[in-house]
Amino acid sequence: MHPARKQRLILVIVLVALSSAAVGFVTYAMRNNMDYFYAPSAFAAGEVPFEKRIRAGGCVVPGSVQRASDSLDVRFAITDGEAELEVVFDKILPDLFAEGEAAVITGRLLQSGTLRADQVLAKHDENYTPPEVAESMAAGASCANGAKT
Amino acid sequence: MAWQWFHRLGSPRWFYERTGVWLPWLALASLVLLTVGSVWGLGFAPQDAKQGNSYRIIYIHVPAAFLALAGYYIMAISGAIGLIWKMKLSFAVMRAAAPIGAVLTFVALFTGAIWGKPTWGTYWVWDARITSMLILLFLYIGVIALARAFSREQVADKACALLALVGTVNIPIIYKSVDWWFTLHQPATIKLTQSSSIDPSMFYPLLTMIVGFYCLYTWTLIAHTRTLVLQREWRTQWVQQELAEGNRGGD
Repeated sequence: MHPARKQRLILVIVLVALSSAAVGFVTYAMRNNMDYFYAPSAFAAGEVPFEKRIRAGGCVVPGSVQRASDSLDVRFAITDGEAELEVVFDKILPDLFAEGEAAVITGRLLQSGTLRADQVLAKHDENYTPPEVAESMAAGASCANGAKT
Repeated sequence: MAWQWFHRLGSPRWFYERTGVWLPWLALASLVLLTVGSVWGLGFAPQDAKQGNSYRIIYIHVPAAFLALAGYYIMAISGAIGLIWKMKLSFAVMRAAAPIGAVLTFVALFTGAIWGKPTWGTYWVWDARITSMLILLFLYIGVIALARAFSREQVADKACALLALVGTVNIPIIYKSVDWWFTLHQPATIKLTQSSSIDPSMFYPLLTMIVGFYCLYTWTLIAHTRTLVLQREWRTQWVQQELAEGNRGGD
């Protein structure tokens, strides 16, 4: 290879390596802010501030959803397999919200340790199956075993 | 001598004459694959057990996102080859890849928003995957804008190549964002190392669409590069000849 080309090749590699390293360090320094939500174990560990608008995410604990008979109020718990977090909500839940499925909740943590939600989003998984196959596998819950999400 | 084929590849005239033959075949392949894939995916693939019919937007969303990422590497590597070997054709490929990639990134973001509303319950969130994808759109737009900011073509080419190369760091971040951080976006369905978590009856139409998008991308990239080659080489004799023949209704 021509020396001039070799020099330019090295310059290009150095440019990509240095810019990648720079972005990598910044991303690493901000890693706590890169997460879209806190896991329930972060609430249990006291890492989450009270009365501030924050997000929590986890698996809706099967059997924990209690709906009020006279209003939209609903109460459920989410888990990451290590800790559980109680959530109250008074608006309409998304269609894909279900027990054993993941959800991401925006709200304020009350002094009682309950999360008062003003938005609940359903987080669907990466699995796609036809209804018949899903039935035969009895694969209703996708994250009940304490998966990360 | 070993590099001779490489330098011939860089000849705009050689490229223009060769690729003219490929274009109709690429157009035909993408038309067939995309028609078969869409009819198969939208009409015949089964519903999803949880999402019902709304998951079907995956047949546009995933191929567009694939090509938006792969196209960025094509743009950046073409830029690097242009910088190192001073290859004019390579810069033309880089400039052609920018608007195509921007459109594909926009399609991925737009279909993602449409998909998000019925499944997540929102059009948009600022999670790591979606935000890094938006940065990709800005990088593409940045390359397009930077190209227009210089009056001298050679300076513009170099500046665009540098921006494209610096931006490559974003691609692995987009790809791994769903694994590194908590995001609302689900992790990858199609995995390179393990079996995919999508039923074969839904996967084959998706694969058809992905291959179809690759053909469409290649076709668009070559067609756009040919136009840029004509614009950049218009002073040369072979372009003058080509255009004269075109005007006489030949070709």
